[in-house]
Amino acid sequence: MLIVSGCAFINSNQYRATNNEKMGKDKFTTLKSTAVPLPVENIDTDQIIPARFLKATTREGFGDNLFRDWRYDSQNNPIKEFVLNNSKYSGKILVAGKNFGCGSSREHAAWSIYDFGFKVVVSSFFADIFKNNALNNGLLPIVVSDKFLKQLLNAIEEKPSSEIIVDLENQILQIGSVKEKFEINQYKKTCLINGYDDIDYLLSLNKEIREFDLAH
Amino acid sequence: MSIEKPKTIFEKIWDKHVVKNAKGYPDALFIDRHFIHEVTSPQAFDGLKKRGIKVFNTARTTATADHNVPTKDQHLPIKEALSRHQVETLRKNCAEFGIDLYDLGHPFQGIVHIIGPELGLTLPGMTIVCGDSHTSTHGAFGNISFGIGTSEVEQVLATQCILQYKAKTMKIEINGKVGKGVVSKDIILYIISKISASGATGFFVEYAGDAIRNLSMEARMTVCNMSIEMGARGGLIAPDETTFNYIKGRKFAPQGEKFDQAVDEWKQLATDEGATYDSVLEFDAADIAPMITYGTNPGMGMRVTDRIPTLNELKEISDQTSLSKSLEYMGLEPGASLLGKSIDYVFIGSCTNARIEDLRMVASMVKGKTKASHVEVWVVPGSKQVEEQARKEGLDKIFEQAGFELRSPGCSACLGMNEDKVPAGKYCISTSNRNFEGRQGPKSRTFLASPLSAAAAAITGKITDARELV
Ligand code: SF4
Repeated sequence: MLIVSGCAFINSNQYRATNNEKMGKDKFTTLKSTAVPLPVENIDTDQIIPARFLKATTREGFGDNLFRDWRYDSQNNPIKEFVLNNSKYSGKILVAGKNFGCGSSREHAAWSIYDFGFKVVVSSFFADIFKNNALNNGLLPIVVSDKFLKQLLNAIEEKPSSEIIVDLENQILQIGSVKEKFEINQYKKTCLINGYDDIDYLLSLNKEIREFDLAH
Repeated sequence: MSIEKPKTIFEKIWDKHVVKNAKGYPDALFIDRHFIHEVTSPQAFDGLKKRGIKVFNTARTTATADHNVPTKDQHLPIKEALSRHQVETLRKNCAEFGIDLYDLGHPFQGIVHIIGPELGLTLPGMTIVCGDSHTSTHGAFGNISFGIGTSEVEQVLATQCILQYKAKTMKIEINGKVGKGVVSKDIILYIISKISASGATGFFVEYAGDAIRNLSMEARMTVCNMSIEMGARGGLIAPDETTFNYIKGRKFAPQGEKFDQAVDEWKQLATDEGATYDSVLEFDAADIAPMITYGTNPGMGMRVTDRIPTLNELKEISDQTSLSKSLEYMGLEPGASLLGKSIDYVFIGSCTNARIEDLRMVASMVKGKTKASHVEVWVVPGSKQVEEQARKEGLDKIFEQAGFELRSPGCSACLGMNEDKVPAGKYCISTSNRNFEGRQGPKSRTFLASPLSAAAAAITGKITDARELV
């Protein structure tokens, strides 16, 4: 059992390993990978994972339907022009246009991106709930300036083998010789680096919450 | 004289609910009311089972089945296997963990954001969450309500708390009087068209001004419902007599003396004189007309008499790209007017506009008229109680005579997850809240509008200025 006091984070890795075979098990420190460019703005979570694929009762397998209606036509044939079907591009980093993840709060959006194999999404702006959901699942959303986003997209499109380095510890994103420092909430950073989970902290407050509930 | 700093309603409610504010951590925020449904809860219950823990306080959680349910023949088993499985999983989880479920067939079943208010579960001063972004609807009662992800649903089930950073505050004031034929849906579509689909990201919005004060409770819910469509965490309206009158006598609301005490407390919630917001926006109600969206996000809206922007009217190249992409999807031309554009489907429903006043509004316009022959019209009440009330008032007869189909409650064509879908390439004028690509079914094309505008379009078969028919 997991009611802990003192250090709220005790046991969270154990939890990850048993509960979430796949999601967010790894601790995140640095990542070096090629990237997939998706220079479309306002990508809403209905595009990331259409509602008709939200019917599973587990967290796994959503990657198959990531960007379903952009990836496949109505006969389920891959749409050649779509970037995930373009063998030129691969990698663990998705670089997308402004206001990524707006719309529905479905966490399935974060699960599908992670399940597909991405560890990082870069954009110049994220919708709130998506950002939270991503962080709760070990998927790192990185906000960069509009200018740097353009540079990144250009660099990847010019040379798909370009590698991006994500250094979470120092909060730096680098491609070739250009880099930019990114902001991240310090609490969330600690969680990612150590593979911690919010719920463990909350469980450690059990007594205080009980008292609060009674008095309320 | 109090030396306490003046606070906004948002700050008052937030501060009252912080269980712990430890250095280096977000606030542990206590949640008074938790709503769940079949789509975003199964993985959360799984988490509890794997940890071997119970629900913290079952009395604070209420469940219903809405997203996946058919809106016809609800007494029969759900045809689609995966949907059926999800609803059955909800049943099992609620039974196992001891949570009240308003299941299919129950007189209280309906869309989660419609049943909370009508049952008196949604009250002023509360913190309310649900694994659904339109939880902001409940803010119309003067509370902090917001949508969460499934990991957070698990947190709330397990601890009745959620880890959150306080949002910034924004006040949106709408002063003056709206004209005839302009309703609350037009007010919110207008605001979003002005500030864009991301204009309030990071903020919690308080709506104020006499144009808001003059709205009924149900109309206020429509406004708060769409807060998320401009990126806001949530939206709220300070409670007043309209609020108290609506709540009085509802099933789970405080009764008798307790109600009077509660009202005294609720009256203290309003933003203090001198409190400041991180951002303040003002609009003039007289500028608002019946609205319609032309693109594929709710920010791409205009007055029905306006024209779709042309590319060179937009400064940013990225906005131009978005516009061309959207218009290509919608099969529309830049610079065109939408008046007279033929439509194929009319959807009157969703947590934005499926309350009894919405249905009355539609009925008042279509009474004695019939729909255009090429149009299919679905009226989907937001809850079983709304449906019953509509029948009691004879609205079902009016709809029947008009050729509208009155269905059973659920999310229906709002999200194309159940059987109700708009076919590829077809145009639907919809009272729901999202016009995203494929939202109402793969390749479907959505025009968002008010119930009045939708009713007008149903009669004429094309996009119409509702003011001509009222
Ligand atoms: S009616 Fe639409 S927006 Fe509202 S809860 Fe259902 S799916 Fe979500």
